[in-house]
Amino acid sequence: MLALTVRRLLVAIPTLLAIVAAAFLLMKAAPGGPFTLERQLPPEIEQRMQAKFGLDLPVGQQLARYLFGSEEGGGLIRGDFGPSMTYKDKNVIEIIAEGAPTSALLGLGAMALALLVGGGLGVMAALRQNRFQDYAVMALAIAGVCLPPLVVGPVMQLFFGVQLEWFPSQGLFRDEFALPYLVLPIVTLSLPLIAIVSRLMRASMIEAMRSNAIRTARAKGLPEAAVIWRHALPIAILPVVSYVGPALAGVMAGSFVIETVYQLPGIGKQFVYAAQQRDYTLVMGVVLIYSFLIILMNLAADIMYRVLDPRTRTA
Amino acid sequence: MALITDRRSLLTGAAGLGAAASLGACANARVVGFDKSRKSIDIANSSEPLSLDPHKATGSWENNIIGNMFIGLTTENSRSEPAPGMAERWEVSEDLLTWTFFLRRDAIWSDGEPCDAHDFVFAMQRILKPETLSQYASFLYPLKNAELINNPPEGTQALPAEELGVTAIDDFTLEIQLEHPAPYLPQLLKHYTAYPIPKHIYERVGDDWIKPENIVVNGPFKLVRWWSNYIIHLEKNPQFYDAANVVMEHLYFYPQNDVQAAARRVLSGEAGWATRFPSNQVEVLRRDLPGYVRVSPYLTVNYFSFNMTRAPFNDIRVRQAMSMAYDRDFVANQIYRTGEQPAYKFIPPGVYNYASTARYPWSEQPLAERKREAERLLREAGYGPNNPLRFAFSHRNTSDNPRVAVVAQNDWNSIAPWVTVELRGVENQVHYANLRAKNFDAGDGGWIGDYNDAKNFLYLFESRTGAQNYPSYNNPVYDQLVRDSDTERDDQRRAQLMLQAEELLLSEAPICCSVFINSTNLVHPDLTGYEDNIEDIHRARWFGIRA
Repeated sequence: MLALTVRRLLVAIPTLLAIVAAAFLLMKAAPGGPFTLERQLPPEIEQRMQAKFGLDLPVGQQLARYLFGSEEGGGLIRGDFGPSMTYKDKNVIEIIAEGAPTSALLGLGAMALALLVGGGLGVMAALRQNRFQDYAVMALAIAGVCLPPLVVGPVMQLFFGVQLEWFPSQGLFRDEFALPYLVLPIVTLSLPLIAIVSRLMRASMIEAMRSNAIRTARAKGLPEAAVIWRHALPIAILPVVSYVGPALAGVMAGSFVIETVYQLPGIGKQFVYAAQQRDYTLVMGVVLIYSFLIILMNLAADIMYRVLDPRTRTA
Repeated sequence: MALITDRRSLLTGAAGLGAAASLGACANARVVGFDKSRKSIDIANSSEPLSLDPHKATGSWENNIIGNMFIGLTTENSRSEPAPGMAERWEVSEDLLTWTFFLRRDAIWSDGEPCDAHDFVFAMQRILKPETLSQYASFLYPLKNAELINNPPEGTQALPAEELGVTAIDDFTLEIQLEHPAPYLPQLLKHYTAYPIPKHIYERVGDDWIKPENIVVNGPFKLVRWWSNYIIHLEKNPQFYDAANVVMEHLYFYPQNDVQAAARRVLSGEAGWATRFPSNQVEVLRRDLPGYVRVSPYLTVNYFSFNMTRAPFNDIRVRQAMSMAYDRDFVANQIYRTGEQPAYKFIPPGVYNYASTARYPWSEQPLAERKREAERLLREAGYGPNNPLRFAFSHRNTSDNPRVAVVAQNDWNSIAPWVTVELRGVENQVHYANLRAKNFDAGDGGWIGDYNDAKNFLYLFESRTGAQNYPSYNNPVYDQLVRDSDTERDDQRRAQLMLQAEELLLSEAPICCSVFINSTNLVHPDLTGYEDNIEDIHRARWFGIRA
């Protein structure tokens, strides 16, 4: 297990480098730059700004500078994400650190909710296959996938926030962190996840319940609950685990729509604004965090696999 | 472990989870956008500030925040007119080139250190130093040697910042020498580029002086927290010299890029002031939020640039024809819904010391007649059925601009069947890059005045302005008129010179003036001390609460 972890983390380094290079070049291909503004800078000042960030160098050198730093230090390999190109008083790490806690909380909360509710519903649908409960759950799942957060978010705000006044509808209570403010966004973010998880869970649970292992378990005379919880669930949950890994990375890296609709400070919003304003370093920073999360979560999913499924341990 | 023992309870358990998840905490502390007991106001500000350092800020939304933290030599009163700030009074020399400011002696930074003339000298030198990379340093170019320090002519060495014509005669007397008479100096000195910064803090921590843990201010409010893309919290500064007359205790600024969301925030009671609202919803907002809607003339003009470096707009007749055929009345009344004025001239009405009589010579003619005249001009320029006129109109694809573009396209197409206009809507950043690179035929744009003086508009089309002179207008007569206005000491004669320049601009039509934009705010009716003004600057220092 340890060997696997180390090997995978080592492979991650060239992967990350490749992602950095690709993202960097793609970003440079977009027209305009961080200093292309409505009000034009005096050419001298613009040149100085370009020089400060190395934007006057050829693209290859810019990438090298981003990775390895210049004489003044910096460089990704030393853990320096660089200064923001649009925020003049902040660097990339500071900006990401401001947004990451909210995004991570949202993502974790939504995924936990999705696993509990989606998993539960999926199991229920599987055990009641082709009956009313099954159809109801699958109809809900279709709705959950089809209704984008852009629609669900404002409706929830209006209904639970404004009309019923059960939950606050936007923000985090000014500059304090108040958990009730996260309820609606978490629910909104989790709906599509619940839908997917419940469908996955249902399909694999149905398959698991028909397997020889379960037939054997029943033949041994085990109580039905033990059959379901101890024997069927660990097998059935495998596809969900492999889905959850990358999906969790996705939701934790921020959702532009949720964060915009609910006016929350997350990195999803920062990423989109940074891309619009060509804040190259900030975009790179978020891309890196996201890729790193993906790699980490995939690894976690693989490890979970080994824990849950003995067959993979020898492979 | 007590497992659920039958299917039924398993099912109820699974279903119950959904319900349990939705019953979170219901402790519901709600944001009250204008909280009279807490004396706080939540403000939907138009955008995210990219810096709170007065030497690095560039936007009006940044000014909304920074201007509550610092006080310059002059400052704004509630109508945004220049009023004594850190300077109690000032004297001007006979030749109008030396100004002496007498500073108040009771002003201190929020850490208790005195705020005096040395902080001003330090700040003005810093903003002009090339390495500060201030984008707005050119604002202070009327100060003696400022341009030579900040942006020396090619091939010459930059002057050291100590050569700047700003001197502390003693702790509380500041002398400013100018390059040329600038009667608008009190206007200019209330701008954030001329704010003092705390020398003693800067010398300790450098550019990090602006971080919340380091910053000290000399104004009515101080920074508590800046959470990027979410909120900025200011609270009352008890050390401010006029703190006794400051009512508000807390200001919360939210970056609200979306105008609809800004209005929603006020509608839901979670903001007491929104600095913008969607103009096409003005009737609904007047009905739903009685007393909130504030519309006022603003120092802003929207105009189209014609690329004079190539055909077809290198021909004055084509430019004139397009200016004539464009129906600005329709745009002002139908696209913008808050009483905007059609622009038959370039400089917005209400500019200080500039009662302009300039107007397009054909402004009184009906549109149909103007279109016929436009067709005649185009035929004269050699266009016709056998040589059709085709060009692209580039526009920003944000807010009302695409709808304006369609009107312009329609007006121009209707001059004659052989005129074809193609629309190209792109995002802001790309659009301005194209305008600067002269990679356009005709393109829209807008200009918000930085200070209340006609010069701030006319300079756009001076040949020395460079890439931002989007049409590449180059007329030595125009340049000379604008330059002469800089050195003219008599207000009336100065206005006359600028008027001639504006008239020249209208007749040669490097641009087509479109609409004078109004400022639109939603303000809680119980907030006192908020007064409409042409600069759309409202300092919270003057705010009060109507019981």
